Amino acid sequence: MASTAPLPLRAGVLSLLIFVIFALAWHMATRGGPAGPAMDPEYAKLMGATATQGKSAMPGPLEVGAKLIEHLRHPFYDRGPNDKGLGIQLAFSMLRVAAGYGLAVLVAIPLGFLIGMSPLMNKALDPFIQIMKPVSPLAWMPLALYTIKDSGLSAIFVIFICSLWPMLVNTAFGVSGVRKEWLNVARTLEVGPWRRAFTVILPAAAPTIFTGMRISIGIAWLVIVAAEMLVGGTGIGYFVWNEWNNLSITNVIIAILLIGVVGMLLDQLLARAARAVTFPE
Amino acid sequence: MNDRFISIEAIARRFPKRTGEPVTIFEDLSLSIARGEFVCIIGHSGCGKSTVLNVLAGLDQPDAGFVFIDGKQITEPGLDRAVIFQSHALLPWKTALANVAYAVASRWPSLKRAEVNARAQRAIDLVGLHGAEMKRPSELSGGMRQRVGIARALSIEPKILLMDEPFSALDALTRGALQDEVRRICRDTGQTLFMITHDVDEAMYLADKIVLMTNGPGAMIAEIVENPLPQERKRVEIHRHPDYYPLRNHLIDFLVTRSVTFRDEMPAGYDRKKPPVVRPGAQTPALG
Repeated sequence: MASTAPLPLRAGVLSLLIFVIFALAWHMATRGGPAGPAMDPEYAKLMGATATQGKSAMPGPLEVGAKLIEHLRHPFYDRGPNDKGLGIQLAFSMLRVAAGYGLAVLVAIPLGFLIGMSPLMNKALDPFIQIMKPVSPLAWMPLALYTIKDSGLSAIFVIFICSLWPMLVNTAFGVSGVRKEWLNVARTLEVGPWRRAFTVILPAAAPTIFTGMRISIGIAWLVIVAAEMLVGGTGIGYFVWNEWNNLSITNVIIAILLIGVVGMLLDQLLARAARAVTFPE
Repeated sequence: MNDRFISIEAIARRFPKRTGEPVTIFEDLSLSIARGEFVCIIGHSGCGKSTVLNVLAGLDQPDAGFVFIDGKQITEPGLDRAVIFQSHALLPWKTALANVAYAVASRWPSLKRAEVNARAQRAIDLVGLHGAEMKRPSELSGGMRQRVGIARALSIEPKILLMDEPFSALDALTRGALQDEVRRICRDTGQTLFMITHDVDEAMYLADKIVLMTNGPGAMIAEIVENPLPQERKRVEIHRHPDYYPLRNHLIDFLVTRSVTFRDEMPAGYDRKKPPVVRPGAQTPALG
């Protein structure tokens, strides 16, 4: 019976079943209805399938699937500014995320270390962090555009600013929470401050720091779509907006799917890294 | 032999209170320990035993007085003293060997990697952990973890071992085995050792001298008890020695009653800077 099969298998079967039901429901809902009243062929041409055949403007799963296969076959074609392969668009987005996120790592981890080590810095910087943290990163966009005067760099800056806070807060929390007894071990062994930072504090705080990094990459991937809608030009966010303007719901759905897949992969990557530095106590 | 290898001279420790006067944990506390001596300090929780140990370790600073070790004043932690913490304090992301090697590499920074590991391995073998060196602390039992802590302390060849209730978290069998181990190592190497315990039997089995501390705040060293039991002690025979019960009764009596009443019934001529030395035994009953 099914109950004797291993749990992952049963869960997989159920997932598949849910997907099939969803796809069927989707297909039924977007299938063409009865044809409307006959009309002049010229007029019908102008009105399109939606009006003449009772066809929904929403594409069905088969259309989306066909289009998706087409996209996956040619991910890197480039036919001018408004027609690039999805691979290229995703690569642009990932590059921006990598740049902004990388910069945020370089700033947040040393600064978080400092805040975590020094109660004075912790208290002094706390009000700034508390006020800046809840600000939507997109609110920074006009300021970035005005000061940096480059839309591409502004997008990177927005990614930087939104990735910064979770990493900063988590690093400071992890560093300040290192067990006193481990620090005492380092003290009794006359370990110098740099060696202590790298051999005791960093490994002890690493799981917390990686949790922050994982939260940050998630936020960065959420924000890049919105940021690219604003700055335009390239990237998966721009692609979504462009396809909306083209009224290609099919492409918008495909973009949503791919954004989800890439976001999941990024999250898994960081989760795996976090597991590698986590130690059982 | 240097009679004042460790010299604690009239130290005081006060902790600030939120309101009013700071609380005095102890003051004018004085004690000296000879080279190669095994000293246990017993007293109730909160009497300041751990504070004394932390001052010796350099992890805590006295508000008054001085501590000298081998003629050198102690103001900060150092590699001449090794601390064995109650909670073993191993770094959980390192293997047993790496934990010990970390101490060895700190003690002799110029040593080559291979030599560091060889020394660490010798310390691991010494505490009977051969074969478990590549395990992480989470994979070791409580007793094995404490052994790694002891190996780490011994590996740096300290002048003094400081132990803060090292066996209190262990089951009785493991505790007994580790006590034997520590006693053997100390007798073999002539290690000077200062240990906190609240276990009377442990103190009697291990110590040359037992320091009795009264209850805090304002704790005092009531007396220093010389252990009358012979150096060759066997766990199964020790309780048949004629001095065993007089000593045990003396210690229990102190913990149960005198640690509380000592303050009000100080013996004539008591000077907390020079606590009396007593030697309870069958011939000289300590209490009339």
